[in-house]
Amino acid sequence: MTGLNFIGMWTLYKHEMARAIRTAGQSIVAPVMTTALYFVVFGTAIGSRMATVGTVEYGAFIVPGLIMMSVLTQSISNASLSIYFPKFTGTIYEMLSAPLGYGESLAAYVGAAATKSVVIGLIILATAFFFVDLHIVHPLAVLGFLVLTSVTFSLMGFIIGVWAGNFEQLGFVPMLVVTPLTFLGGAFYSVDMLPEPWRTVTLFNPVVYLISGFRWAFFGHGDVPVLLSLGMTLLFMAAGIAAIAWIFRTGYRIKP
Amino acid sequence: MNAPGRRLRVTSILSIQGLQKTYKSGVVALHPTELDVRKGEIFALLGPNGAGKTTLISLVCGLVMPTGGTVAVAGHDHVKDFRAARRLIGLVPQEMNVDIFTTPMRAVRLTRGLFGKKRDDAYLEQLLKDLSLWDKRDAKLIELSGGMKRRVLIAKALSHEPDILFLDEPTAGVDVELRRDMWGIVRRLRDRGVTIILTTHYIEEAEEMADRVGVINKGRLLLVDEKDNLMARMGKRQLIVTLQQPLTVLPVSLADRGLSLSADGQKLTYSFDGNAEETGIPALMTAMQAENITFSDLDARRSSLEDIFVDLVAEDRSKAA
Repeated sequence: MTGLNFIGMWTLYKHEMARAIRTAGQSIVAPVMTTALYFVVFGTAIGSRMATVGTVEYGAFIVPGLIMMSVLTQSISNASLSIYFPKFTGTIYEMLSAPLGYGESLAAYVGAAATKSVVIGLIILATAFFFVDLHIVHPLAVLGFLVLTSVTFSLMGFIIGVWAGNFEQLGFVPMLVVTPLTFLGGAFYSVDMLPEPWRTVTLFNPVVYLISGFRWAFFGHGDVPVLLSLGMTLLFMAAGIAAIAWIFRTGYRIKP
Repeated sequence: MNAPGRRLRVTSILSIQGLQKTYKSGVVALHPTELDVRKGEIFALLGPNGAGKTTLISLVCGLVMPTGGTVAVAGHDHVKDFRAARRLIGLVPQEMNVDIFTTPMRAVRLTRGLFGKKRDDAYLEQLLKDLSLWDKRDAKLIELSGGMKRRVLIAKALSHEPDILFLDEPTAGVDVELRRDMWGIVRRLRDRGVTIILTTHYIEEAEEMADRVGVINKGRLLLVDEKDNLMARMGKRQLIVTLQQPLTVLPVSLADRGLSLSADGQKLTYSFDGNAEETGIPALMTAMQAENITFSDLDARRSSLEDIFVDLVAEDRSKAA
């Protein structure tokens, strides 16, 4: 086996990033605009009439959830489109015939999708400072959870992009699975606020752990212990990598 | 299938052994196939649509998972040592698989980078100029004609200076000018030592371009030989005599001469070995004169690769039956 094809990996990463930069308007302005609307409606208008959650103002409380919501949908849509589009146009022949290993292709695609999500997450965070009073307790952990979540959901996006046979399927999972899970995952409320049995049911929602961990990084406390959040996030990431390893080994929907 | 003395490892840049592909549906796209392609030659895979030409190329290039067999590219196994193997290969696909939102320059830079080559704008400039794409280097592909898009595909395949170039049906849907340019490029590449493997269902193309030809049908590689050998081996020639008066039967004096009479009695076809010193034509003419058979036209023709191909396919069918 000859050495890794770093130039190839870097080229693919840059290629994916270049597309995002060319379409920066859609890539960045849209999620920022959407989140700003949430801040105005939930944070400022409704939030001002709501009590605090724990010790945190409601407007600030929803910031981690809002960032997560954008990061999850952006990661999935970026990563799924980046693999679905070449599959759809047939240009995937180029990646398949290039001297790029599975790991290298995956690192480039997922790395680029995750980079975009992290950037969007940070921009939304910056936007949040305009609307609410925020004091971040663990800034490095905020960045850490942001990166981990972006990578994990970019992996899932990649799987969806490989699996999808048409554009409807490509939009299906983000719309019908990720958005509800995020809304019900405690983006706008604390799990403690729920009555039983919903409180227990909610714990089966993987997004709860992501948002909780992220909220811990912001305010120093979450719905579940932070190590559980971290463990669950890493578990999802491992599951994603395992699924992709299987995809590459069998050629599922990429290589007949 | 090659002459034993020619199967030297050193000269074979592509060595395919037992390569086969059966799809999950049960369709056998390629039966176990042996093939050695020599360094620096132009090799044509000739066969009708659905013969397995593209499958064979896709297996070698990593687009399709093989069911069995091995491929070595300049000694590198295409699975175990795929990086080294694939770096040597450039592929021009049959389908117009292009990202219509990119530009020729970005497209060639991308391919070059993916293949692990350092950026070399001087080389890419020359490449785009050679393919008459330089003026359009910053135009979106969606604005370019079909022929131009195909040029972009060729430029991409050559962007990383491959040692082996696969051209899958390079002239399908291509105008005369591009076809001529393309053959010019292929010849120049061959002169530089690049091995070229092309697929075609046009016999003329294989005949015009190839050093060696492999005939493929229904997933089986039927024959591989030097084009000239192939011609000589099956170098039958025919003399077609158009008669002034139709005949109902061949006169006894003309029987056993390798003559056949057409159904309408208007034409006599005389087959002979084009390589033999004695063609038997003068004797035939004398015999015809003796029978008072007069003719209005004579047409001599050499059997083309097409005849050879038709024969082989027919042979294959009769074997299968």
